[in-house]
Amino acid sequence: MTITKEQAADYLLQMYQIRAFEEQAEKSYMAGKIHGTMHLSIGQEASAVGSISTLDPDDFIIGHHRGHGLTIAKGADLNLMMAEFYGKENGYCRGRGGSMHIADVKGGNLGANGVVGGGIPMAVGIGVGLKMQGKNRVLQAFFGDGAASAGAFHESMILAVLFQVPVVFICENNQYAMSFAASDWTTSKKIAAMGENYGMPSASTDGNNLVEVKEAVQKAVDHARSGGGPSLIVNDTYRWRGHSKSDRNRYRTDEEIDEWKEKDPILKFRAYCKKEKLLSDNEADTIKEQGYADIEAARVFAEASPEPKVETLMEGVYAP
Amino acid sequence: MREITYLEAIREAMTQEMERDSRVFLIGEDIGEYGGAFQVTYGMLEKFGSERILDVPITELGLTGAAVGAALIGMRPIAEIMFMDFTTLASEQLVNQAAKLRFMFGGQSTVPMVLRTPAGSGTGAAQHHSQSFENWFVHVPGLKVVMPTTPYEAKGLLISSIRDNNAVVFIEHKLLYKTKGEVPEDLYEIPLGVADIKREGTDLTIIATGIMVQKSLAAAEELSKEGIDIEVVDPRTLRPLDTETIVNSVKKTGKVLIVHEAVKTGGFGGELAGVISESEAFGYLEAPIIRLAGKEVPIPYNRELERASVPQIEDIVEKARELATLKV
Repeated sequence: MTITKEQAADYLLQMYQIRAFEEQAEKSYMAGKIHGTMHLSIGQEASAVGSISTLDPDDFIIGHHRGHGLTIAKGADLNLMMAEFYGKENGYCRGRGGSMHIADVKGGNLGANGVVGGGIPMAVGIGVGLKMQGKNRVLQAFFGDGAASAGAFHESMILAVLFQVPVVFICENNQYAMSFAASDWTTSKKIAAMGENYGMPSASTDGNNLVEVKEAVQKAVDHARSGGGPSLIVNDTYRWRGHSKSDRNRYRTDEEIDEWKEKDPILKFRAYCKKEKLLSDNEADTIKEQGYADIEAARVFAEASPEPKVETLMEGVYAP
Repeated sequence: MREITYLEAIREAMTQEMERDSRVFLIGEDIGEYGGAFQVTYGMLEKFGSERILDVPITELGLTGAAVGAALIGMRPIAEIMFMDFTTLASEQLVNQAAKLRFMFGGQSTVPMVLRTPAGSGTGAAQHHSQSFENWFVHVPGLKVVMPTTPYEAKGLLISSIRDNNAVVFIEHKLLYKTKGEVPEDLYEIPLGVADIKREGTDLTIIATGIMVQKSLAAAEELSKEGIDIEVVDPRTLRPLDTETIVNSVKKTGKVLIVHEAVKTGGFGGELAGVISESEAFGYLEAPIIRLAGKEVPIPYNRELERASVPQIEDIVEKARELATLKV
């Protein structure tokens, strides 16, 4: 697989935007500006960007609760996204959904989900619908290792194979479902083997290696687009932060977290870009600055944005 | 006008809507060659093919979620859950997803789907194939809940439900499937959220749902011989509820008997009593609002025990007589 200089700059920028968004989210929360909780994806940037970089703009994704990175990788407007995180009226979901439920339907992001595994059954139906509509579009359905133990995943694998839907199921194995260690019951390879057993091509990747993720997912997307049906890709990765704000990190050691920080997906990709002479250190640093500046601008936009009016509370429960 | 059964009316509504609108399709267990556990979809596979009649293995959560997902991108799926008891397995996708996606995404999405399911006892199928869970879904903003009681309404309400841009739980009663009635051959809609006065009367209002509408009508007929004049109101749609028709009826008669098959505690009767109590009809009440509903017991197998666990015509006659003749 060849990555152009332009693509490399795009991917690095998106990864820095994700990292910066998550760091800003945490800062805003600590400053008491955010009502609610959040699930940060720092450390998982290559899985989001590498996977979604294989889609056309009119393809679709459906996400999970740790979905900020996926949303940015699908090309969301950072201002509207940050405004949603702040619960503002001009956010993507008018402040109704918040961090865990951001959707950008026009941009092909059919939404994050607060129920672990909640998006997977819908993914099958979206695939069925895309086939019926005769559109040559592909859906990527993201979930984590936590969802891989849920019934929703297994029922959906069966239906996805039955209907040969144009869906790439992408499990981001970040090693913990809240505190429950994936290693206590499975591995990325074993999750991939489940897909194989259900009857779809499957693979596991070093989810911190953007190029490896992109290669595996591209194959699956091409397979789906050419009418070959669903695939399952498992990206082996790690979340640096806790599950949510209530996490005291009692179930893992600082040493373990530090070990994974050594495998930082952003630094890995920078090293690749340098080796392949795609981006110099200076260019990469400039991109980093840009990413952080974009998020700072989004913060300013969000903080200046209007709150929803209480009189509008009942709007949008039912469609006319 | 020609007469067809409630079951045929449902099949006809789906068939005609599928002919009219290529976005409509069916998904469910054993709905293909088998024709569905109650034969509602019999013959539809032959007519529409396996591309639009999606027969699936046992995956209540999966098939319901597939309907939600398809609806999310503009299809109009009709999911069949073989027995309402099994909506327990489907409810994550129905309650957490279908009902909420529109609101939680700030109006970016719609979920135009129907979940059809047969409810109720009387078939000797006991605890796991006889329950009436309508009020669980009535409790969820974002869902609509419909309970047709005649063949005419089954067709018109189902067509409206398919065309509605929201998730509709369409609850059929097994014992009504074989009942016959006049049904127009053309497509027609009965709007959701509009109650029907099935029988006019002045002494007492019976508000009944599902099969209890038919039982209440039989009871009213019986009591008319004693000179008791009963009005029977069928809400038809539990959410949204036509409170106006109910309130007006209560204002007219001053007495209310609520009859439903579901267990009384936490049932829809409590909601109806609350709505009446909070309305201007309260001042017109001449007696306490009485609920006659399912007993606080799982549905038993034995015929007589099963019969005794839900209201029967004689129970309605007795309660209605007592209430109508009560002097206050």
